[in-house]
Order: sequence, then structure tokens, then C-alpha cells
Amino acid sequence: MIVTTAFTLPVLTLLVLVPAVGALLVALVPKDRGDLVRPLAVLVSLATGAFALHVLANFEAALPGYQFESEHSWISSLGISWHVGVDGISLFLVMLTALIFPIAMVATDPGHDKKAYFAWLLMLEAGCMGAFLALDLFLFFVFFEIVLVPMYFLIGQWGHGNRIYAATKFFLYTMFGSALMLVGIVSLVYLVARDTGEITFDLLRLSEVTTDASVLSPDTAMWLFAAFAIAFAVKVPIFPLHTWLPDAHTEAPTGGSVILAAVMLKLGTYGFIRFAITLFPDAAYDWAPVLLTLGVIGIVYAAIIAAVQKDLKRLVAYSSVAHLGFIVLGTFAFTNQGVSGSVLQMVNHGLSTGALFLLVGMIYERRHTRQISELGGLQKPAPILAAVFTVVMLSSIGLPGLNGFVGEFLILIGSFTTARWWTVVATSGVILAAVYLLWAYQRVFQGPAEGENAKVADMNLREIAVMAPLLALIVFLGVYPKPALDRIEPAVDRLVERVAEYSDFSQPAVTVEGPAGAEVEIEHAPAEHGEEEG
Amino acid sequence: MAFALTAVLGQVPADAATEIVTPEVDWSAFMPLLVLIVGAVVLITVTSLVKQRLVPAVPALFMVIAPAAAVAAILWQGDNDDAWRFLVIAAAVFVWSAAAMSARSERPGRPVIGYPALFTIVTAAAAIVVSLMLWQRVTDPLDGPFSTLNGSFGVDGFSVFITIVILIAVILAALIADEYLRREDQDGPELYVLLLLSAAGGVVMAGANDLIVLFVGLETLSIAAYVLAAMNRRRVESQEAGMKYFVLGAFSSAFFLYGIAFVYGATGSVNFIAIADFLADSYLLKNGLLLLGFALLIVGLGFKVAAVPFHSWAPDVYEGSPSPVVAFMASGIKAAGFAALIRVFVLTFGSYRGDWQPIIYGLAVATLLVAAVLAVVQTDVKRMLAYSSINHAGFMLVGVQAASDRGTSAVLFYLAAYTFLVAGSFAVVTVIGRTGDQRHTITEYRGLAKARPALALAFTVLLLAQAGVPLTSGFFAKFEIIGAAVDARSYWLAVTAMISAVIAAYLYLRLVVAMWMQAPDEATVEAGDALEVPWGSGLAIGVAVTVTLVVGVMPWIVLDWADKAVPVLTAVTGG
Repeated sequence: MIVTTAFTLPVLTLLVLVPAVGALLVALVPKDRGDLVRPLAVLVSLATGAFALHVLANFEAALPGYQFESEHSWISSLGISWHVGVDGISLFLVMLTALIFPIAMVATDPGHDKKAYFAWLLMLEAGCMGAFLALDLFLFFVFFEIVLVPMYFLIGQWGHGNRIYAATKFFLYTMFGSALMLVGIVSLVYLVARDTGEITFDLLRLSEVTTDASVLSPDTAMWLFAAFAIAFAVKVPIFPLHTWLPDAHTEAPTGGSVILAAVMLKLGTYGFIRFAITLFPDAAYDWAPVLLTLGVIGIVYAAIIAAVQKDLKRLVAYSSVAHLGFIVLGTFAFTNQGVSGSVLQMVNHGLSTGALFLLVGMIYERRHTRQISELGGLQKPAPILAAVFTVVMLSSIGLPGLNGFVGEFLILIGSFTTARWWTVVATSGVILAAVYLLWAYQRVFQGPAEGENAKVADMNLREIAVMAPLLALIVFLGVYPKPALDRIEPAVDRLVERVAEYSDFSQPAVTVEGPAGAEVEIEHAPAEHGEEEG
Repeated sequence: MAFALTAVLGQVPADAATEIVTPEVDWSAFMPLLVLIVGAVVLITVTSLVKQRLVPAVPALFMVIAPAAAVAAILWQGDNDDAWRFLVIAAAVFVWSAAAMSARSERPGRPVIGYPALFTIVTAAAAIVVSLMLWQRVTDPLDGPFSTLNGSFGVDGFSVFITIVILIAVILAALIADEYLRREDQDGPELYVLLLLSAAGGVVMAGANDLIVLFVGLETLSIAAYVLAAMNRRRVESQEAGMKYFVLGAFSSAFFLYGIAFVYGATGSVNFIAIADFLADSYLLKNGLLLLGFALLIVGLGFKVAAVPFHSWAPDVYEGSPSPVVAFMASGIKAAGFAALIRVFVLTFGSYRGDWQPIIYGLAVATLLVAAVLAVVQTDVKRMLAYSSINHAGFMLVGVQAASDRGTSAVLFYLAAYTFLVAGSFAVVTVIGRTGDQRHTITEYRGLAKARPALALAFTVLLLAQAGVPLTSGFFAKFEIIGAAVDARSYWLAVTAMISAVIAAYLYLRLVVAMWMQAPDEATVEAGDALEVPWGSGLAIGVAVTVTLVVGVMPWIVLDWADKAVPVLTAVTGG
């Protein structure tokens, strides 16, 4: 573990503070200089991105623990501190956040109240960064909950038709989950304090003792895990708590949908890995069948629902639920490949679904409709749009050679050994994804272009520039995921070992060769990619 | 008189009757109370005698006194705690600016803050300063808490904390009331005098160590509040509110008094120290009388804090009463009610907690859920906030139910935070209500973000804080309550409380939606008198928002005080 000295840059703190201060600056821009707002906001988010790149560049790949840690006491009488750190699990989510926000800012135009829109976006970025970096339960909760406010306003003020209903539903659903988590967090802290005599909200200190049956009885741990799990399950969302998502995604403005799908849903899956499983490995293992079942139901159910959607944006929203089902499956398989695959898939889903929402937004801007039945034959007037859509869609389906495949494949391989029958059912989700996306593509882009559809403009330079980094990463992570996996795996291995040590779970014998096997599969990917293109 | 009394009681032998034994009085214990009462008397006398407007010399006088107090605080030697000194300086700055605002008028003959309001603020600020001196004394390890008047009035950190909360409520209510009264053309000192008297009753309740003293405080507080509710002579709703509050309040006082009688019957004393000692030392074979007393006392106090099922007056009274008065009812009166609840039950009947805790548990659950659900269907903003305030009372009951120091500290933190939240919210309501205090439906709030962005933003902060969004004082208040409940192993109560907070959040979101996401009603636009935010209300809202955010990020400012403000029953008399 790298010990940060007093002289090093508190770079993780800056990742939170820069956008937060930026939000204030944007809010203070004088009324008559509205033209400054967007450049300033993009600049701030790019500066944040620069700090994130600094973290990525200086990240020691082989170390499993937290790096760039910094800790300052906040509310000392309650043992609450500003404790941030990054490891292989959170690293790429931080990178994803740093990437998606500038893209969303450049790509979307709020239309009215620009200043508030960009200020909220920057606050949201600060909140998401904080949630991914926090190593203190109280701090995490603050960020986890505070991100609701900017997103609520983004949906409610700049959204489409049914925005108020969607925004309120989003807020209340998530708040319901976090209400239970708050009770869980406080209960955990006081139960531990009763035993150790020290009140602390620090994840590292708590996780040292939560596995001790004399501190937390297995029954208590089960309840506490449930309290955390409901909060994260709402956020992910896991069936049957997912009903807020289609509404929120559909009614949100494009920028909001992109961030909601790419970054905010990951707070749930990340929360499971970082907090729920780390703190209560035994209970997590005992609850796993429930979560696996719900995850798999989500995969199949959401895929079927997506197939019958009339609204293109809603279709993408349901595809999100299905994809996140895979992440839940991989996480609760507790194998190295499964969890690594899940972490990677969080990033992949962020890239591909984020890109899909951007594309749907572009189509909406041109045609002012999202109804699939009113679209058709767009590939004639807009070939570049169609091509980009194809690549992103294929990535989302999980075509070998693109990023979606690597993650999904690792998840399925990893979970097959420990959660066989769930995996068998989940695999059908891969096919269903192909069904609903290809069918949607067919209806929107192919066939004759009539009326308004024939006059659709192709992507302009700005839109191409926005999509370029996403496409590059989609291909790069599909062809050569090794640099990412090298950084993810040490942290995941540590977590899996922890689960194996403190629960009845044991690594199946087959997976002893696991990492090597996974790499073999990954090395196949470029070859298949070549075939695909040929 | 004393002769007759002692003869009747038969406690003093007849030959000793000429020697009247009076209890020793430590006047310093009553300083905040005396400041309030003297202030009220001076205010009513002077304004009755002086027919024309007070000369500008009055604010000028305050402008001299305030810096003098600040300088004195800076020069003061002989203690090592800077907290109260800092507060004296803050209070001085506050008074000075209020006086300056009063002297500098925008329009000729129309001070920015009226003299009665200014006088009330100065009186309350002075009472805060003397309270801080008491705080200094009771938290000093060498001195400590004490009681006086034969142990019937106690001064401890708890009573001083509650006193300060009530006084802050007075200041905020006075700031809001100033413009309100002038707008309604009912300018005069009456409302302020009643405000000060009601607060004096609250201060008595906070320190009462005796059921009779508590009752005296309760009645002083309540009778002034009944009149305050009916203060707007021109609004029939206000009359109705006053009547309703009076009839139901008198009814609940009767319950309370009956409860006192039963407790006296069971324990042989009305003094808390004697009761606590008696209950600790003796084992009651038949405790029916005592339990009946508990039940009746809970009814009486439950009414004051508006706990379900004794809450039905609150929405009607809040709706009808003048908005600034509601700000005081929801903060100051609630604080006094909870002070009594904690002193009587947690402290005095602590050894019987197994008997009363389940009742409070049930009340808390009912209060939390019923208020949250009913709040959702309201369309009148004052009624909404009334139900929301009942929901908050439910949270505080959760803290009372814990029956621990942590629970008490959590309730105190909640009261302090909520005072600013609710006073700020009702300041906004007063402003939006405009002349006539009628425009309180939620449609009035539509499009406020366009018309008055700063006001809408401030109200949004206050509402989100009430919903419990992090980085506000409201979140930390709920956090503390949950901590106390969990520490007392009332896990399901904590879960219920948080779920009710989510239900109640819908209510706050409805207001946020109206302000930010809906266009104004055409009828509202046509009625169209411009919305002016007067100085006093603006200052109150600003202070409320600032405190909400600062305490949200740095909760230890209040938390350290609340932790030290643990109530004690002590027979030690001060020197």
C-alpha cells in the first residue's frame, strides 16, 4: 500500500473538489455572459479528467490495496472522516465518470436555463466521484444520497413529457433504499462500537471486525446485509425494484440519461462489491441465491420487455436492466473471473449504453420522436449515424472483438462453476439482447426512408468528435482488455479470498487455473474480431 | 398568608408560625426569565404611554449598547471557553445590524424594522446572553448544575439549551412578524409582548423540577399562544384557530393536571427529585395509580408536541393562525413540550421506563406514519407544513423513546436544527401569503423559481433539509435520532422513522416541483401583485438557510453543545 505523504497532491480529494467548486463558479457566471457557461463547465470537467488520468498513470497495477489514500477527520466525536482511496475496483469507475461527464456536457444542449443545467451536472460529477472514492461509510452515504438532488432537477427541469412523475419516482425510490441503508450503517457502527468501544465509520477498520462472529452474529449480519442490499438493489436496479428506471431514463434529457445509465447505476453494483460484500462476506454468500435469482430474472424479463417496446429510448432503458443483471450474476458468483468480469462490465455498460443514449438523443433531435414506428430507413440519409449505431449496438449485444463480449464472457465463465443453472438461464439473455437490438436497428435504420425520415441530417463534426472516444474505447477494451484486467484483478482477488475465508464459499477447483483460462479466451478475441471484419 | 397556608398544611407548629421560612432564591437562575418578563412589561407599558412613534433614539441606544457588550465580552477575563464569548459578539453584531436597519428607513417614517420587533429581538438576545452565562456556570466542572426554590427549579445544560432554542425561535418569529403586522395594518406591540410571555412560560417549563411549576409554565406558554393564534382580527380563520386551540388546549391541560394529581397520589410528592428518589427506593406493589398518572401526563404533553392521536388541532391551528405565530408554535412551543417530556419521563420516571417506553414507542410509530401519509394529500401549504411538523415530532419521540443521554442529545440537536428549518419555512410562507395571509395553496408556489429565484432556492434548501438530504442540518438531526434508537436497540422503530421520512419527502418534493418545474397559474399571474421580500423575513430566511447548511457540514458546532446539555436532577442549591 502506498503511503501518501504530506507533500503529495491530494489528487482524489481534488477529483471531488474541482467539480464541486466548478459548479459554484458556473452558478456565479453573470446572467449576460451565458455563452461562458458551457465552455467553463467543460473546462472544469476536463480538469477533473486530467486529475483522473494522473491517478490512472500512477496507479500501481499489482497492488491489491487502496492507493492515493488520504484521510482527514471530519466529525471526530462520531469517528467520521474524509477517507478516500482508489483500488482496482473503483479505478475504472472513476475513469468512466471523468470521461462521461465532459462528453455529456459537449454533446447535449439543455435549451433553457443553461447555467443551472451545467452547475447541476458538475455537482453530480462531484457526487459520483465522491461515492466511488469514499472509504468511510458516512461519507459514502452522503455522496450516495446527495447525487439524487442534481439528477432530480436534471430530470424534472429539462426532461420530456412526463418528467415530474419520473423525477419524483426516481427520488423516492432511491431515497427509500438509502433510508434502510442509513439504519443499517448506523446499526453496524453502534454494534461494533458496543464491542470495541470505538465509534468509527471507517470501512477498513469496520471490515476488520465485521467478520468476527462475536462482534456481529451471523443473524445480525444477514439483516445488515439486507439493509445495504435493498439500497443498492434499488440503485442498480434489480428486479422487482427496477420500475423507476424506465421512467427516469425515458423522461430525462439526453445528458441525464447518459449519466444515469453510464455512471449512476454503477453506484449500486459498486456498492454491492465495495460495501455489502466486503463488510458481510458470509451474509453475502448466504443471500447470493436470492440475488442471483433476481438478477437472472432481471436479465430475461427486461430483455423480453425491451423487445416489445415502442419507444426507442425505453428499449435502451430496459436493455440496461438486463445488462446490469449480468453484473449482479457475476458479482454473486464470487469467482475471480465473475467479479472481474462484473467490474469490467460496469465500465463496458457505461461506454456502450452511454453511447446508445447519446445516439437516441441525436435521433430525437432530428426527428422529434422516439417512437420506433415513426422512424425507418435512417441509414440512407445518415450513413455515419447508422454505422456508429451498429458498432455501439454490437458492443451492447456482446459481439466478440468489442468490449461487451469480454465482460459478459468473463461473467458467464466465472459464474458457470459456482452458479451453474443461473448461468444457463442467463445465457439466453445474450441471445435476447441480439433479438431486441437487431430488430430495433432493422426498424429504425433499414427499409425505405419516407417523409421526414428521408431528410434526416447525418452526424455533424461535433457529434462525431463526441462519439469518437467512446468508439475507440469500445474497440480497445474489446481487443486488448489486459491493461484493465491487470489492474482490476488484484483487488478482486483480495475480495474473493475474503469471501472464501469468512464464508462457506470455497473456490471451485476448476478455477485454480482461472486467470490463465480467462486470458486465453481474451487472446482469442482479436482473432475473432478479425474474422468479424472479414 | 404564609401563616394561613402553613396552618392549613399543618406542617409547622403553631408557635413557629411567626417565623416565615421562605426558600432561598438564587436569582441568577431566573435571569433569562426575568429579562423576558421585564422586556414584555416595559414594551407594553412604554408603547401604551407613548402615543406617537418612538424617537429614533431607541435604535441609536441599542447601537451603542451592542458594541459595548461586544467589547465587554472581548475584554472579559477569567474563563477559558471562548464559545459563549463568541456568541455574545455574534448577538451584538446581530442586534447592531437590526438597530441600524431600524434607524435607516427606506421610506420616510417607515423603519426597515419596527421598534416593537427590534425591542423584542434585543430582549431575546439579552436573555440569550444571560443564558450563556448560566451555561458557562453549569458546564464548569467546579460549579455544575444547581437548583433553587427548594429544588423546584433546576438549571442544567439541558434547560439552558432549551431556553436558548426558544429564544432563537422568538427572534426569528419577531423578524417575520414585523412586516406581517405592518402589511396587515395591525402594527402594535401586543403580538411581541405575548411572544415574550409565551417564551417565558417555555423557559419555566425547561427548568421546572416540580410538576406544579411545570404546569404553571405550561399554562403561561399556552394561554399566550391561544391569544397569538387568534391575533389576526380580520381573518375569521385566525379566530377559529384561536378558539380551537384554546378549547382543546384547556382540555389537555385538564388531563395534565389530573395526571399530576395521580402521580402525587402515588408518590407523595410533586417534586421531581423527591419522585425520582421515591421510585428508586421503593417497590410499588400496586402501581395502577402511577401508571394512570403516566398516561394522563402523556396525553397532556402529547397534545403540546402534537403527537398522534393528540394532533388533530395542529393542522387547523397552523392553517388559521398568523404565519409568523406558526413559526413560533412549531419551534418554540414544540421545544418546551419536548423539554417537559424528557424531564418528566426520561429523567424523573427513568426507573419506570419499561412501563412508559412502549407507550411512547406506539405514539412515535403512529405520529410518524399518520403524519407522513396525511401530509401527502394536503393542498394548503400551511397544512402541509403542519403535518410535516407532526412527522418531525414523531422523530423526536423516537429520541425520547430511547430514554438515554444519547437520545436526549439527539432530541436537542433535532430541536435546534428544526427551529431554524421551520422558522425559515414559515418566513417564506408569510412572504408568499401576501396581504391578507390568504394565499397558501400550493398553486401559489408555481413558477416561483422564475419570479424569485433566490427565494425559491432558499425554500428548496429548507425543504430538502426537512426531507433529510445530506449536508444539511436536517439530515444530521435524523442521523442522530436513528443513532439513539439503534443504540437503544429499537431497530424497527428506526426503520419506521426512516420510511416515514421517505413518505414525507414526497410532500417536500411537491413543493419543489411547484417552484421549479411548473409554470405559474394564470389566475396567480393575473392577481399579479409583485412579490416583495421584506427585510425582516429576508434576514430570517437567510439566517435559517445559512445555519442549515453550516450545521449540515459542521454538525459539531451544535452537537458538542447538545452532548453537554444532559439534564440532571440535582438538589444542590447554587451559591
